[in-house]
Amino acid sequence: MSAAPAIAGAVEPCFHCGLAVPPGLSYSVFIDGVDRPMCCPGCRAVAMAIIDQGLDDYYRHREGHGVNPEALSPSSAEEARSFDDAEIQRAFVRCDPEGIKRATLSIEGISCAACAWLIERQLRRRPGVVDVSVHLGSHRAQLTWDPTIAKLSELLTAVTEVGYVAHPFQPDREEQYARDQQKRMLRRLGVAGLGMMQVMMYAVGLYAGSFQGIDDHHRLLLHWVSLVVTTPVVFYAASPFFGNALRDLRSRQLGMDVPVAIAIGGAYLASVWSMLGGAGEVYFDSVCMFTFFLLLGRYLEARMRRRSDEFSRRLLRGAPRTARRVGPTGDEIVACRLLVPGDLVRVREGETIPADGVIVEGHSAIDEALLTGEPLPHARLPGDPVIGGSQNIESPLVISVTRTGATSTLASIVALLDRAQAERPATVRAADRAARVFVAAVLGLTAAVIFYWWHVQPDRAFEIGLAILVSTCPCALSLATPAALAAATNGLARAGLLISRGHVLEGLARISDFVFDKTGTLTRGELELVAVRPLGKESETECMAIARALEEHSSHPIARAFSRWNGPGVRFDDESGAQTETVCSEAIAVTGAGLSGRIHGVGYRLGRADWALSLSPGSSVPIFDEADCAVLLVGERGPVAWFGLRDELRPGAAKLIESLRRSGARAHLLTGDPSPGATRVARRLGIEEARGGASPEEKLAYVRNLQTRGAVIAMAGDGVNDAPVLAAAQISIAMGGGSDLTRARADSVLLEDDLDTLTLALNWSRKTRRVIRQNLTWALLYNLTILPLASMGLVAPYAAAIGMSLSSLLVVGNALRLGDVRVSK
Amino acid sequence: MSILFVLIPLGLGLLGIAVWGFIWAVNNDQFEDLDQAAHSILFDDDRIASEALDLSGDEST
Repeated sequence: MSAAPAIAGAVEPCFHCGLAVPPGLSYSVFIDGVDRPMCCPGCRAVAMAIIDQGLDDYYRHREGHGVNPEALSPSSAEEARSFDDAEIQRAFVRCDPEGIKRATLSIEGISCAACAWLIERQLRRRPGVVDVSVHLGSHRAQLTWDPTIAKLSELLTAVTEVGYVAHPFQPDREEQYARDQQKRMLRRLGVAGLGMMQVMMYAVGLYAGSFQGIDDHHRLLLHWVSLVVTTPVVFYAASPFFGNALRDLRSRQLGMDVPVAIAIGGAYLASVWSMLGGAGEVYFDSVCMFTFFLLLGRYLEARMRRRSDEFSRRLLRGAPRTARRVGPTGDEIVACRLLVPGDLVRVREGETIPADGVIVEGHSAIDEALLTGEPLPHARLPGDPVIGGSQNIESPLVISVTRTGATSTLASIVALLDRAQAERPATVRAADRAARVFVAAVLGLTAAVIFYWWHVQPDRAFEIGLAILVSTCPCALSLATPAALAAATNGLARAGLLISRGHVLEGLARISDFVFDKTGTLTRGELELVAVRPLGKESETECMAIARALEEHSSHPIARAFSRWNGPGVRFDDESGAQTETVCSEAIAVTGAGLSGRIHGVGYRLGRADWALSLSPGSSVPIFDEADCAVLLVGERGPVAWFGLRDELRPGAAKLIESLRRSGARAHLLTGDPSPGATRVARRLGIEEARGGASPEEKLAYVRNLQTRGAVIAMAGDGVNDAPVLAAAQISIAMGGGSDLTRARADSVLLEDDLDTLTLALNWSRKTRRVIRQNLTWALLYNLTILPLASMGLVAPYAAAIGMSLSSLLVVGNALRLGDVRVSK
Repeated sequence: MSILFVLIPLGLGLLGIAVWGFIWAVNNDQFEDLDQAAHSILFDDDRIASEALDLSGDEST
């Protein structure tokens, strides 16, 4: 370890996590022959653990910075130990007859393949670990270990050492079902794909034969093997289409699957029939190709949905939550579901409150951002209610449980959410309706043509009817939309927007209103220091030094703003290192007010203006309104300085609003935060419609009101309070950093909270719509040309096949252009 | 062209093997994580072990 020289102004970011290194700090680790700067002891410890264990390959191959260990929420040592308890393990551990245990862990902080590798290596090296595999997509690990050699808590700690956090995870039944379902689809897709390749090969022989002549027994052989290969494709791979069609017919509806089933089944039967009769055409190749392409589209859509579901369930319902119950013989750790109203639970600082309750002992700041979206913690005193799921920030509390389970606040929000989702407007189903009309038209036309031929030339009626079904419905027309959507969905997923419901892309191109939830959507949700105004004789530097020293004793978001700040104008390493000498003693965090402490023998207060001023009675300060949020520093000798803090805008916010304006959509800002900060943010971005202090019900009413005027609404949000509103909007976009509940129910999830991706998605949805139109135009033109010819019985077999294949290829090729999102990004 | 009567059934047999292999792979979770395999080749599993050997060698001399 050697100290890297701290150069003010041009500070390299932390090598491990990529955050700015606070000036004056000189942590570093020797990696790959160079001293790398580290921003905090946490990062240094992680980097040293990685290097010491010979895992430095991680730094060579990683694709981005690691996660700052402070941003993760490891279980306390005590909680980790509770996971060794057999009773608690029962919820998430499976045990072999030989005593080998298996568990799924959910891992926080994974960003690339290098992370997965690092965790696997780290665990595999521990004695007692039988096997471990980290799944990158779902951020999970399968761990198999021998409990006689290793304890689960030790293994969890080993993961923490290299900078990640592992929680036991309990996959739910729904997820298991989705997994099985997807495997079934994949098997079907494989059978259809392999069958298609094979049958196409025979088809080439047959087409060549119809040009140059072919022996009858050779043709019959090719027909028979085609039949052999096509049969499992129809009866196994295409079986869901028949099932769906049957279900649609039973409920007297015409879904897209009805003509699909008729075409596949009809073409198959007709081919068998004409083969046995020795005359007419076989359509085995069309059957397989049609089945394969349709399955491919559905598989891709299902995979997207599963990925975003998995992502959103990563932590949700994951860890078997525990609470610290105050008992007669001292505290005991119990599973949360065992709590009953009246129980006393102790919640330490940094822990999540296990259930709704009332504070009995202690006072603290509670972060309710998850539930209300408000960024700043609230002060709570004995007698105040607290909500399960919120976080205790400052000091330990004892809480008397009032409500658990289905009656809790969180559960009632979920109920509101379910209702909103059920009442969602029907615009989504417009596409289905159009499909139904089309299907009815095709079926009607086919019937009419068959009826006509039945009177003119009965023996050709069936054959011609099939020709119409095969040439109209298959491929191009039904591929036009799904292929384009699948390609665009895939492309956007790579760019960072997971789309789990098919209508998002179509809908984004038509939105008239875009509603934002301010906190965490347009802003970073982290306060930044933007202004210092000294009021006394102290320089800005000294003011900062005092404030920093005080705030070091707090974990409030405001304190984080001070510890992060290294803007220009303030240097700590001048004047013989003022920063290191400014040590605060007797620091006390006063909930809801601020911090008080003693520096160089002088008492100071930093926080809410009226409270801070009471330290120096009789003095007054000028009004300060340069920022969203201001704190005042007062010394015993009088006011020292105002500090202005601001919730910084996300980088792409301005561009997104501009892009919305250009496309003619109005932007709205709807936030639960009652402070004037919300309107300030709206003004800074040029959003006309802004409303602060809105409750979830008011937000819902606002959105409904817009919808009754015919608006198509897209909404982006992150808090649990937003979930019902998100569900009511036609298109919902959850921020990846938001609450699990919101992500689980949203139509799409913005993974890296990068608003540029949203701008891209808006453009992309328009492009997708264009491509779909081109495809549909082409397919319709083709069908309109072929339809009369087919109706007249004039379509030669090879011409129909070539025409159909070319038209499908054209459509698919056109759609594939949408997959390459990164190029345009 | 009579060879077709041998080759095509043979092809069918190969197709059967391919289908069986694919289904085996799906059932054994081979398609569960398609992203990581592409990266795993970059990591050198043996390097640590060989370094450890070198170290012990140094100590003995």
